[in-house]
Amino acid sequence: MKITVQAWRQNHRNAEGRFESYSVDNVSEDMSFFEMLDMLNNQLILEGKDPISFDHDCREGICGTCGVMINGRAHGPLSGTTSCQLHMRSFKDGDVLIVEPWRAAAFPVIRDLVVDRKGFDRIMEAGGYVSVSTGGVPDANTLPVSKKNADLSFDAAACIGCGACVAACKNSSAMLFVGAKVSQYALLPQGQVERASRAKNMVKQMDTEGFGNCTNTSACEVECPKEISIVNIARLNREFVRASF
Amino acid sequence: MTWLIQFFQTSIGKKFLMAVTGIMLVFFLITHLAGNLMLFGGAEMFNNYVLSLRSIKPLIRIAEVVLVLIFICHIFSGIQVTLENRKAKPQPYRVSPGSSTSKFYSRTMAVSGSVIFIFLVFHLQTFWWSFQKKQGNDTGFYEIVVNSSVGYKNPAIALFYIIALLLLAIHLRHGFQSAFQTFGLGESRYKGAIEKVSVLFWLIIPLGFVSIPLYFGFIK
Amino acid sequence: MKLVNPSNKRKYDIIVVGTGLAGGSAAATLAELGYNVKAFSYHESPRRAHSIAAQGGINAAKNYPNDGDSVYRLFYDTIKGGDYRAREANVYRLAEVSSNIIDQCVAQGVPFAREYGGLLDNRSFGGAQVSRTFYARGQTGQQLLLGVYSALVRQMNAGKVAFYPRHDMLDIVKVEGRARGIVTRNLETGEICSHSADAVILATGGYGNVFFLSTNAMASNVTASWRAHKQGAYFANPCFTQIHPTCIPVSSEHQSKLTLMSESLRNDGRVWVPKKAGDYRNPNDIPEEDRDYYLERLYPSFGNLVPRDVASRRAKEMCDKGHGVGATKLSVYLDFEDVISRKGKEWVSEKYGNLFDMYRQITGENPYETPMKIYPAVHYTMGGLWVDYNLMSSVPGLHVLGEANFSDHGANRLGASALMQGLADGYFIIPYTIGDYLAREKMCTVKTSDDHFLRAEKVVKENLEKMLSIKGSKTVDDIHKELGKIMWEHVGMARNKVGLKKALELIPKLKEDFWKSVHVPGDMNEYNPELEKASRLADFLELGELMARDALHREESCGGHFREEYQTEENEAKRNDESFSYAAAWEHKGSDSVPKLHKEELDFEEVDLTTRSYK
Repeated sequence: MKITVQAWRQNHRNAEGRFESYSVDNVSEDMSFFEMLDMLNNQLILEGKDPISFDHDCREGICGTCGVMINGRAHGPLSGTTSCQLHMRSFKDGDVLIVEPWRAAAFPVIRDLVVDRKGFDRIMEAGGYVSVSTGGVPDANTLPVSKKNADLSFDAAACIGCGACVAACKNSSAMLFVGAKVSQYALLPQGQVERASRAKNMVKQMDTEGFGNCTNTSACEVECPKEISIVNIARLNREFVRASF
Repeated sequence: MTWLIQFFQTSIGKKFLMAVTGIMLVFFLITHLAGNLMLFGGAEMFNNYVLSLRSIKPLIRIAEVVLVLIFICHIFSGIQVTLENRKAKPQPYRVSPGSSTSKFYSRTMAVSGSVIFIFLVFHLQTFWWSFQKKQGNDTGFYEIVVNSSVGYKNPAIALFYIIALLLLAIHLRHGFQSAFQTFGLGESRYKGAIEKVSVLFWLIIPLGFVSIPLYFGFIK
Repeated sequence: MKLVNPSNKRKYDIIVVGTGLAGGSAAATLAELGYNVKAFSYHESPRRAHSIAAQGGINAAKNYPNDGDSVYRLFYDTIKGGDYRAREANVYRLAEVSSNIIDQCVAQGVPFAREYGGLLDNRSFGGAQVSRTFYARGQTGQQLLLGVYSALVRQMNAGKVAFYPRHDMLDIVKVEGRARGIVTRNLETGEICSHSADAVILATGGYGNVFFLSTNAMASNVTASWRAHKQGAYFANPCFTQIHPTCIPVSSEHQSKLTLMSESLRNDGRVWVPKKAGDYRNPNDIPEEDRDYYLERLYPSFGNLVPRDVASRRAKEMCDKGHGVGATKLSVYLDFEDVISRKGKEWVSEKYGNLFDMYRQITGENPYETPMKIYPAVHYTMGGLWVDYNLMSSVPGLHVLGEANFSDHGANRLGASALMQGLADGYFIIPYTIGDYLAREKMCTVKTSDDHFLRAEKVVKENLEKMLSIKGSKTVDDIHKELGKIMWEHVGMARNKVGLKKALELIPKLKEDFWKSVHVPGDMNEYNPELEKASRLADFLELGELMARDALHREESCGGHFREEYQTEENEAKRNDESFSYAAAWEHKGSDSVPKLHKEELDFEEVDLTTRSYK
């Protein structure tokens, strides 16, 4: 099939960006979306043009490196799917795909579709851990954890930190990301000691980074490739209030 | 006190303030609606109701001051959150996902809120202020509301009221449940109960309000 | 072993390149001990490392299920699984610390799967007859990496780890014969920069991408290891590559990578092909009696859970004989019908849901209804930089951890052992052994403005400029695909003398072609992914040649290295312990010279060398 790609092009952080249109022929429906971009880039390189930069790595939906906006949808039209797992069978011949980088003040564009998500790491630095050093820990089965809580904790821990929640949110709020991390630890006995300081410090850093305020539109939940639930945002609210009062 | 101020300066704190004040305001709506429905009882019933309120004027004044403070907090916090959110998303997408990722009423809180605010100013300036000007045992409140040039007999006014009140419904459609999500209860075992109760607030109460301009403006 | 006084540790700088399971855990633990750590990654965040993609689990000799596991049994299984080509002492140490890893991860808040009583759950994995694999759904690697990442960000916050994201290591700098620093390129700005330290740790993963198509992430590469190799670090057993039996088959020319379906699927899935060659019926229409569950037939005691090398080779054999299925005829079925009817769809979904979803997304087929199609793909490289028992390479001060070293898996790695090894190296081995090195050596002070560094920077720059100046007619991917085809065909699942000699002719030619006709767009001082790829490919081209050379010299079959000339009558690998019971460590002798082979004889004191049998 034939696909038209309109991609955001921007040479570096401070450069003006613009959309450019490219036509890609002979796209097979078994190709992944990125394989289609690979093909386009190969074609651009041989024409002496600059290929489109995009972030990607594992191409199996787990590393969280990739993420682009396709026709206004974070990671494309499928739910529960990262951009790298999106296949061209989701589109049809003649489709126009408008491909944009994540947009958020806290995620500046580095080049084309690549953005800087270091803000997430700084939030994690503020408290996304249990302060245990290597060695001297008790046997793994010392503390039983109810299966229910272990499963809920896992559901939250499944976050891949791709930033789709921020990208999809009209306010660029990072509450789903922070909520997932705070929830993972709040649900486990290992996370109890630093439960309050963790919630407070991570929220403080989130605010400092310039992410917006959550207005509960739940677009994040809809677009999250790992289908992290906004239950985790509710839990973050509770944890934060509990820690503050 | 600094801890409280600090709390309200955080993103979650601001939302919390929005939610608490919002819930307080919907409770005010219940009492307000109960009073307004007296209009259906005729002029005498309504006028007596207003006079009875006047007899406890000091209490009413305190209530009004509290109400104004709540409104100011709600509005101020709303403006602040909206401005910050605009700043956090400086460049919009070329393609908007529209309603495929969120409900329109959740995305338009600032718009519906602003229109409701304009309506509120008009509403206070016409009804509330005219009521204040009446002294002693003067009545005629019913006349102002129903038959004056700013009352419901004027179809333009009645229509304006209906539109504003429908926007209130839209505002509360998101606002009520959103507040409980902010309190951390949104997706809990209380979810079902909150959803049911929310219908009272976002649908039944605004419809109750709408029934008045609809009846006096277009039916009666 | 010598120690560094706690208050002296802060006087030492340590560079860690790579922040996956091995590098990240090393960086965090060394920082906890007091060392100043500089950690480098070409990713934007440590959480992106490819360790994250490990699905199935992590082994530990906890014996929680009370099924007779022990440190010795884990040690024995690993040595045997590696077809007796690993160093006994290293593997024993690995088995000893395996339990500590689980304790550590649980304390960090890693949400492992649990039973209803609240205790940890285990499952079984290939090559073992006990259940010793701890798991977190199908995302164990992710959860362990996030645990490591949390330990690392904690030290970043404490100021003990300086993290350099999007920095590609392009050379090792030696001063007085010791590794004292590295040269990096900032991938966003293109800036070439040097960093000095008292010791350097490489934890830069494996080199499976030499095949172009593999289950590795797109950016996984051999550059750090290879540049260290060129600076004097021996490269050991490069031909030991693991071909994973359960991957989604190749569907088209444009395929950029292969996706693994966790080996844990073989716990409940049954592998089969049609009994009759060329039977192209829909799998659901093929009755039981026309199906050949060949693994269960050939290996009644291990059945579908034979080690990876065996399962892979048998799949290839079936396809070569014409029993292959699917459009390309290069796949076999992995069927869940049995378990779904026995335990229900819900049970299967709980256990393997995310894997089934992933399969459906990629292939467009529903594995709950039709059997999965799988085929082997390059997955892991057991070879790597040679290290001693203390994980130090042949360059003093240069330590190598995780998949990047050669130490623990011999000729074949068992499932769920990679995570174990990465974390063992980083959490529990290097923190002790590096102290021994630092305490022994008298180090001179070095500055990045010294000649050694400036010269290294210049070489790196010139190399990149040369690539950029060619502006030929082929893209990096075009050439990489060609290399991949040569490697898969001649240095892949089954190898022979003729093919390997052919590869040794073809690869140098392709390398020449690369330096004549590659087209790398853009320039050096900008974000330029094509330049990154080109620089990596240049190293793969050299490594490919060494792999073929190593495979040619090893005239036996063992584990992942299968030489067609050396097999039993039942087509099993035939080892030659007389002549090849050693690790082959190759020394670089310059680009135009033949590398020199050093042999580290392997002594087996605890385990008797026997022929592996999984029957």
